[in-house]
Amino acid sequence: MNAQVHDIIMTVNGEETRATVDARKTLVDFLRDDAALTGSHIGCEHGVCGACSVRVDGAVVRGCLMLAVQCDGARVETIEGVAETDEITDLQEAFIARNALQCGYCTPGMLLTAQELLAAGGVPSREQIRVHLSGNYCRCTGYQAIVDAVEAVAQARHSSRETR
Amino acid sequence: MKITDDSPPTLSALDRPNSYIGRSVPRPNLARLTRGRAQFVSDVTLPRMAHVAFVRSPHAHARITAIATAAAKTSPGVIAVVTGAELAKVITPWVGVLTHLKGIKSAPQHAIAVERACWQGEAVCAVVARTRAEAEDGCELVDVGYEELPAVTDAETALDAGTPVIHPELGDNLTFERVLVAGDPDQGFKDADVVVETTFVFGRHTGVTNEARAIVADWNSGDERLTVYQGTQAPHMMQNLFAKHLGLEEHQVRVLTKDVGGSFGIKVHTYADEMATVALSKLLKRPIKFVADRIESFVTDIHARDHRVKAKIGVKSDGSITAWEIDDLTGIGPYSVYPRTSGIEANQIVNLTGGPYTCPNYRARARVVFQNKNVMCQYRAVGHPIATAVTEGLVELAAAQIGMDPLEIRRRNLIPDDAHPSSGPSGIKFEALSHHESLAHLDAMMNYAGLRAEQKRLRAQGIYRGIGFASFVEVTNPSAAFYGIGGAKISAQDGVTIRLDAQGAIICQTGVTEQGQGAEAVIAQVAASSFGVPIDRVRIITGDTDNTPYGGGTWASRAAGIGGEAAWQAGKALRANVLACAASILQAKPENLDIRNGAIVDSGTGTERLPLHELARIAYFRPDTLPPGFQAELMATRHYVPRAWPFAFTNGIQASYLEVDTESGFVTLLKHWCVEDCGTVINPQLVDEQIRGGVVQGLGGALFEHCIYDERGQLTNGNMADYLVPMAAEMPDIEIGHVVTPTADSELGAKGAGEAGTAGAPGAVMNAINDALRPLGAKPLTDMPFTPGRILQALDRV
Repeated sequence: MNAQVHDIIMTVNGEETRATVDARKTLVDFLRDDAALTGSHIGCEHGVCGACSVRVDGAVVRGCLMLAVQCDGARVETIEGVAETDEITDLQEAFIARNALQCGYCTPGMLLTAQELLAAGGVPSREQIRVHLSGNYCRCTGYQAIVDAVEAVAQARHSSRETR
Repeated sequence: MKITDDSPPTLSALDRPNSYIGRSVPRPNLARLTRGRAQFVSDVTLPRMAHVAFVRSPHAHARITAIATAAAKTSPGVIAVVTGAELAKVITPWVGVLTHLKGIKSAPQHAIAVERACWQGEAVCAVVARTRAEAEDGCELVDVGYEELPAVTDAETALDAGTPVIHPELGDNLTFERVLVAGDPDQGFKDADVVVETTFVFGRHTGVTNEARAIVADWNSGDERLTVYQGTQAPHMMQNLFAKHLGLEEHQVRVLTKDVGGSFGIKVHTYADEMATVALSKLLKRPIKFVADRIESFVTDIHARDHRVKAKIGVKSDGSITAWEIDDLTGIGPYSVYPRTSGIEANQIVNLTGGPYTCPNYRARARVVFQNKNVMCQYRAVGHPIATAVTEGLVELAAAQIGMDPLEIRRRNLIPDDAHPSSGPSGIKFEALSHHESLAHLDAMMNYAGLRAEQKRLRAQGIYRGIGFASFVEVTNPSAAFYGIGGAKISAQDGVTIRLDAQGAIICQTGVTEQGQGAEAVIAQVAASSFGVPIDRVRIITGDTDNTPYGGGTWASRAAGIGGEAAWQAGKALRANVLACAASILQAKPENLDIRNGAIVDSGTGTERLPLHELARIAYFRPDTLPPGFQAELMATRHYVPRAWPFAFTNGIQASYLEVDTESGFVTLLKHWCVEDCGTVINPQLVDEQIRGGVVQGLGGALFEHCIYDERGQLTNGNMADYLVPMAAEMPDIEIGHVVTPTADSELGAKGAGEAGTAGAPGAVMNAINDALRPLGAKPLTDMPFTPGRILQALDRV
């Protein structure tokens, strides 16, 4: 197979990244294999499990359903980049305190997806949290601890806004 | 929501000052997992590493007539194309049998099929290339000639005279059969006022680990050593098998297990493609990586369950159970999986059926047959969900027949809490169980009477809710009785080595492994408590055959109970060594000293005498100042294996509360409860989360998960869009309670907790669905998974 290649430039976790990629290469394969950012994981490779969730221009997307060439010029954020900022420190701490991860394979995608809900503001109900996370597969926890952790952070962020 | 423990800490007589036993200490390895800084095997890359992809049989059963590899060999990036016959020169085949499963038989299985493929998905050729994508391109250019053979797919007819025999040299398609008669079942059924008979069916399902199986094998011809990075539950077992089949000594093989993205029994077996990967590394003398993709996972990760159980119970009108009978049939694919065999699940069903109850009259037969589907083997809670659903399904159907409350019939038949030691109908031995206390705890926790009132009130409004229960026993802490006595080199014992570092922290090396259960946390808690340091002064090393004591790994709920006890003993041994050293420095008697919170103290007053870092400084850097003839030994190893009992049985009871939409057939899970007795609870949060995760895996099998094969042996739903797994929106909150009956086999008293959730959940859900639909006259549902279609069929709506 004579793969077509493309030159792309994207901002990955704030760093300008230039690469020549096969047209067929998915974003998550590019991040893992070319950018050596292995925090984004591959689970199902067809958009069901959410392990490869990353942010592209601020929106959480499936890294297995986007091609790297589609991200030419885009701003891509992975768990490694988000974890370097303070954005989800409280959420990470809540996950640890509540043991909301066991093997941890789903965790990067779960954190980014949960943060998307939390960033919308308000205090979602447990049911709303469950529905928002319903595209992220976790085989280990049974989900309750994850819902607990997200709920706790939503409440804590809400009360800190109230008292400000 | 407050982040707190579900259960108060339980303190035992063993507790030392500053004990961490019974406390929900956060796991030491979590922060990196939340920051994208874990290292899963699928993340590993090595210099000169190449990738392998496999050409896999599209047929369930076919003779391989030719393999044309020339086009693939010239494909860009391709390094080698290797057939089964070529690889068989590097790696020997294996046969998955154990001597204690009398009569079990299987055929030699190759790393890559030679001459014949026996299931859809079996590898028939390997393509090694610079990248996985290029290896897959090469696979498309391999031209395999197949002559399709008749496929044996239906377990029911696998033993019929007209059915082809998959391995003619074995004589028939029977892998294993076990027959057991205990007590007097014939008399028991004669004594019954009511006999309930039905057939339970359990769909084939699989583990769907979020990280697929992954392996990187690196044969270094200079060192003549093979280093294997593998997502496995049992590194020493794999070391033995790689060495054995590659013709190496075990010391030439190092297995390294880093972060593992889920296991659940999926990653404790020998997989042909993983064996092929290590053989390819030896053949090509460079690192080779294989990561299964999701379709490969579905067609090659072991499947489980797929049992058909004809079952019968006799009861008197006062509720007393008089007899049990089961006839189990299961199809396990074309090979018994190596080295644990595919006979264990059926064997467990014979062992566990009727287990919680006093009735001794029991007849059982289990037959395990070959078929041309993917292989089946041990997956979380092996046999338990089936034995429990059969037993508990029979009990609740019988209760309904005689008009007795389902908790009441259990109160009348469960083994009394003061009757131990005791045994189950099959003869399994129970050291101490707490069925009645657990049931009483559950009754109160769920407000059973209140729920029944709510159920009744809603039924009047046309809302159909059901309550179902499942009492269960769970096999944990296995001794050598599980595998060792059958000839498998799978260690039942485990070890922990603890050494004092030069700053007074302790380093623990352990043979148990971590795949998310929290084994590292538990070992750290126990070692910190036993030796006497703050837990942040403990580092755990696991998953490395070069650097840990020989051990079995983490499976069958053994890490806390067996690894934990080894850590407890190693901590005590090192404490004695350190106190001997301290006594010589302080001119004191060791028995008057203790180690608390990282310092040597007077055991009577608690007054600090010497910080550990100062002791370490003297022992390591100024041993010349110690008395002549005294040698400090600041490293200690202890091993542990259960000896008094073959298994540490635990027990518990679950309840499910759900609503069935009688128009759509959809089941909404409203709430789930589990009361469980795993003995000493080392970390309440970790125990509870093991149970919750296990319950949800059981719920998946009960409601969604099903590997659907057609009559030609083709898996028709091998992807995560068509094979449904539990997701957050469908799952209920799960309330956990504990009863604590420690095992006296160890000082720690901990039993396992990893299987309990999965063991009981399917039976509880089945009973709840049938409870909901009983007033509608629906035929009892006994065929898992309980899909909306099956529920509508039971209601005669479709």
